[in-house]
Amino acid sequence: MQQKAEFDQRVQKALNNPQLRRNFRIAMDGLMEKRSNAFPDKVALEALRVTGANIRANALAKQLELLEQLEANCTRNGIQVHWAETIEQANRIVLDIMQRHNASRMIKGKSMVSEEMELNHFLEAQGNSCIESDLGEYIIQLDHETPSHIIAPAIHKSKQEIARLFKEKHPDIPYSEDIETMTRSARKVLRSKFYEAEVGLSGVNFAVAETGTLCLVENEGNGRMCTTVPPVHIAVTGIEKVVEKLADVPPLLKLLTGSAAGQHISTYFNMISSPRKPGERDGPTEVHLVLLDNQRSRIYADEELFDSLRCIRCGACMNHCPVYTRIGGHAYGSLIPGPIGSVIEPQKFGLENFGVLPTASTLCGACGEVCPVKIPLPKLLHRLRYEQVRSDHTGATIGQGSQRSAKEALIWKLWSWAHANPAVYRGGTRLAGLFRGIIPNKIGPWTRVRTAPKIAPKSLHQLAREEGFDNE
Amino acid sequence: MSKARDNILARLRARGVEKAPVELDRTPASPDWNREERIDRFCKAMRSVRTEVHPVSAADWPEKLAALAKEKQLRNLLYAPAGPLAEKIEATWRAHAGLPELVTREVDVDGWKEELFFDIDAAVTSTRSAIAEVGAMILWPTPEEPRTFSLVPPVHIAVVEANQLHNTFADAIAAEDWTAGMPTNALLISGPSKSADIEQTLAYGVHGPVELIVLLIE
Repeated sequence: MQQKAEFDQRVQKALNNPQLRRNFRIAMDGLMEKRSNAFPDKVALEALRVTGANIRANALAKQLELLEQLEANCTRNGIQVHWAETIEQANRIVLDIMQRHNASRMIKGKSMVSEEMELNHFLEAQGNSCIESDLGEYIIQLDHETPSHIIAPAIHKSKQEIARLFKEKHPDIPYSEDIETMTRSARKVLRSKFYEAEVGLSGVNFAVAETGTLCLVENEGNGRMCTTVPPVHIAVTGIEKVVEKLADVPPLLKLLTGSAAGQHISTYFNMISSPRKPGERDGPTEVHLVLLDNQRSRIYADEELFDSLRCIRCGACMNHCPVYTRIGGHAYGSLIPGPIGSVIEPQKFGLENFGVLPTASTLCGACGEVCPVKIPLPKLLHRLRYEQVRSDHTGATIGQGSQRSAKEALIWKLWSWAHANPAVYRGGTRLAGLFRGIIPNKIGPWTRVRTAPKIAPKSLHQLAREEGFDNE
Repeated sequence: MSKARDNILARLRARGVEKAPVELDRTPASPDWNREERIDRFCKAMRSVRTEVHPVSAADWPEKLAALAKEKQLRNLLYAPAGPLAEKIEATWRAHAGLPELVTREVDVDGWKEELFFDIDAAVTSTRSAIAEVGAMILWPTPEEPRTFSLVPPVHIAVVEANQLHNTFADAIAAEDWTAGMPTNALLISGPSKSADIEQTLAYGVHGPVELIVLLIE
């Protein structure tokens, strides 16, 4: 949880780290170019985005019935469905399943919801081991870090930093800065972890209500390993991930892989509809689905902010954000960084804690332009800035009004009064023109990186009148 | 039913505003490609992610398989004796000496997991169909050809029939009527496993197969 001062400190630290800035600059430039190449036809892309937005909006409009349908179909298929209102409940559900199987070794595929739950921390405190198997997640787990990007968790690290980390943690493996060699080393180390694991955990990209199918997008094969090899598979997901029909999946898949990494399709698209059936020779004998709310149903109540639940977690808004590119993911201090994080995290954890995030944006609009499901991110960032200073306490957002300052409110009141009264406005501009010489050059933080504005001797109104315009 | 479930659903039911239904047009617009175009696109897309694609015929694919197995110096090859490819593979292996050992274990994988994980060099499987647009094979693993065959061994060799190429993923779902009943596991596979988690640089051979070889029966 954070205050503005802590956030500023992290930002300064990130900005003063040339290695970090270089890593992000190169990675973000690459990701933007890959996305652009994946969608050469801009008209077709726009049509696809409209389709994607409609599919997600439809799924949210019908969320209640779709969740019930998903549960019914999963249950019929043999998948055990669990509901959790809070992350504590979700963690408890996972632990109970492990204990029922006397299991202590978990292997994990990439799951942002498990990060949200701080599942590793919870299970490790109970004496279990949780190994991340996604290469990026594995790297940051070795270094006890959190993801700095939702798709590429270790994007803040250079290959030299990773090579040194591998050497430190696995002294028996020869030092190498070659990326393919390091990747193979991770393969070797993790192979035995897949082999030994008693429980596999994964996230879910789309949960299809119509058929009770859990869909996972991945490239490494670790997602398939986690969901195929251990005897028990637990999938954790937010309740907003449900979609109505199987036919809704192909457009979303194309948008997700194209927006995230410029891929036409991922290496694997893994669709799981049941545990191992009689006669089948592999696959988990138990599959569990944990549906987590954690404030999502609260976000759902707001007519405008509920659009943020359309997110398919591609990360394109981060890759295109000029702020994210410069400060990196960790500076945000939130689980999900970048524009979508600045919209979702304050709604989940309160504006009193994360109210600074919606202000960490230039509102340039790039995020909204690239979002594959057309979430109006700039509008929502704006809305949260309003939520944190409004004083009427009528909305559903946690921490509403928490950032309101009496001084700022007074200034804006004066400003709006002056602009609504022509006589005051004219008098004010004339005074400002007259006293322009004594307006200070340093105006607080504003002039720390900018030159103070110089007021013109005559206002535009005055000049216009002198030129003969007379229709105010 | 759990209290959490009731509370979550009650909150969704009591949503502040009625969400307006969204009109969705789900008729997939399929491109107008002929067989050659489908084959061409499939091969190009798969090769772009380092899949080895070999055009073969219905008659000579087992010979190609044998030649590749030899060339890649595989020690052994996992196959499904009750699967659709078995007869031809066995005949070819009988006809040639010096080929890698054919391996099969017609029991639950749990019983020979160690061997599968650490001793098997390659596996060969059939496929259900494939997608031309993005270059992906569709597999619905069966008791004969289980899920791990296309996942655990370092080399996966897959036999794809060009006649089974769909234009798009949406076409495959519609034409094969997937909604009538999904299998335990349905898979799209487009290449060998890969990662770009280190400096956004693609590296092949992470946790799934290091090599993917497609024998495309034209």
